[in-house]
Amino acid sequence: MTTELETAPAAAEPIVIGAPPPQPLSMDFWRGIADDNPVLIQMLGLCPTMAISNQVSNGLGMGAATIFVLVFSSLLISLLRKVIPTEVRLATYILIIATFVTISDLVMQAYTPVLSKTLGPFVPLIVVNCIILGRAEAFAGKVGPVRAVADGLGQGLGFMLALLIMCTFREVVGSGTFLGHPLFGPNYEPQVFMIMPPGGFLTMGLMFLTMGWWGERKKARLAEVAA
Amino acid sequence: MSGHAHSHGAPPSSPPDAGSSSGRLLFTLAFFGALAGGILAYTYQKTLAPIRKFAGEKVEGAVKEVLGAPTKLDTLFLVGNKLSRTLPAGADAMEATKAFVGYNDKGERIGIAVEEVSPGFANDVRLMVGFNPSTGALTGIKVLAQTETPGLGDKIEKDTTFTKRFTGKLANPLQGTKSLTTDPSTVQTITGATISSKAVIKVINKAVETWKPRLAAFEKEGGQ
Repeated sequence: MTTELETAPAAAEPIVIGAPPPQPLSMDFWRGIADDNPVLIQMLGLCPTMAISNQVSNGLGMGAATIFVLVFSSLLISLLRKVIPTEVRLATYILIIATFVTISDLVMQAYTPVLSKTLGPFVPLIVVNCIILGRAEAFAGKVGPVRAVADGLGQGLGFMLALLIMCTFREVVGSGTFLGHPLFGPNYEPQVFMIMPPGGFLTMGLMFLTMGWWGERKKARLAEVAA
Repeated sequence: MSGHAHSHGAPPSSPPDAGSSSGRLLFTLAFFGALAGGILAYTYQKTLAPIRKFAGEKVEGAVKEVLGAPTKLDTLFLVGNKLSRTLPAGADAMEATKAFVGYNDKGERIGIAVEEVSPGFANDVRLMVGFNPSTGALTGIKVLAQTETPGLGDKIEKDTTFTKRFTGKLANPLQGTKSLTTDPSTVQTITGATISSKAVIKVINKAVETWKPRLAAFEKEGGQ
């Protein structure tokens, strides 16, 4: 983090200690989806990922709620970053995040009641999702609102992407359906353990294994090119 | 840093944020707290009506399902331990314990639908139970809430062949068995979900046991 200070040009923004280096906006957005994916790379937010990823509809609902909270809390925190005293920043961040989470919880209860019922306590628990406070502290509290929103959107979509990978695998194998539509006909015996916690651990392990293998392969290719 | 003790003349190493006064910290938190409270109060008021509407529709749908499409429904409220057509002033109809009496198009009573709850394998199993209070025959059941094991215990809600088995059975009281049965007082449980199945049977027996005398007392007193 300290070396980045040297590369930062003298911009209009005063230098904030630990601020992310200036980058094109598309990178701020894309980083959360790929190179710095909150679940696959940073390994944050694993608890909701594990708990609700047994149905694709859950993944869509949870992803949408998290994106909403992440984008709006990033925007607000970024706009207010010079107003909020450092000493109480975390308390204020949590307050802002909790407000948006409660709004999304109430709206889901009112307009998508079935989804809200299956997600249960995991929507209110977005408050303590470390992705959101992590982005507020590491990014949104130190940059301008446009970058903060791009980052929030990217990280949110990255979270949703990881959720959907897990949800699709678990629902297809565990229930034989995709978004509730039967895929394999009546003779398919669903592997029920996949939609229960053991299946979640297994799927997550397989997902990280694939990510590791991918990374190793990429490294080997680079070494080959260099040689 | 120079490293000498008497360096009071604006050291470059002093932190950029020299700290804020307690008043400012307090004001910031109080201000954001009040703002959040205001926004949430507004959202709560705006979403309350649809949330309640959905809850009401859900109950009404379940009542109609377990009573087999009644043409007329009477709502009775439980006040103290007695049934009443009206609630005492100030009581919330949404929160009150209710019984629904359904009639067919000839005005004959089909049965009564009540909500009852009992512990299952994982958590409470909540059912809407429809039955004929004079015979104890079930007109239908519907699971309103359960958190049984996915794929096994949750069949009590998702497997319609299981819930349909109850229609016409006599709950005076009802019993469970693992094999096929034609006995009117016995119902076949789900393989691999005996505890969840038995929980359903327990809720049904509890509903008939508690609500039959309540309705009888209500009708004896003239049904007012």
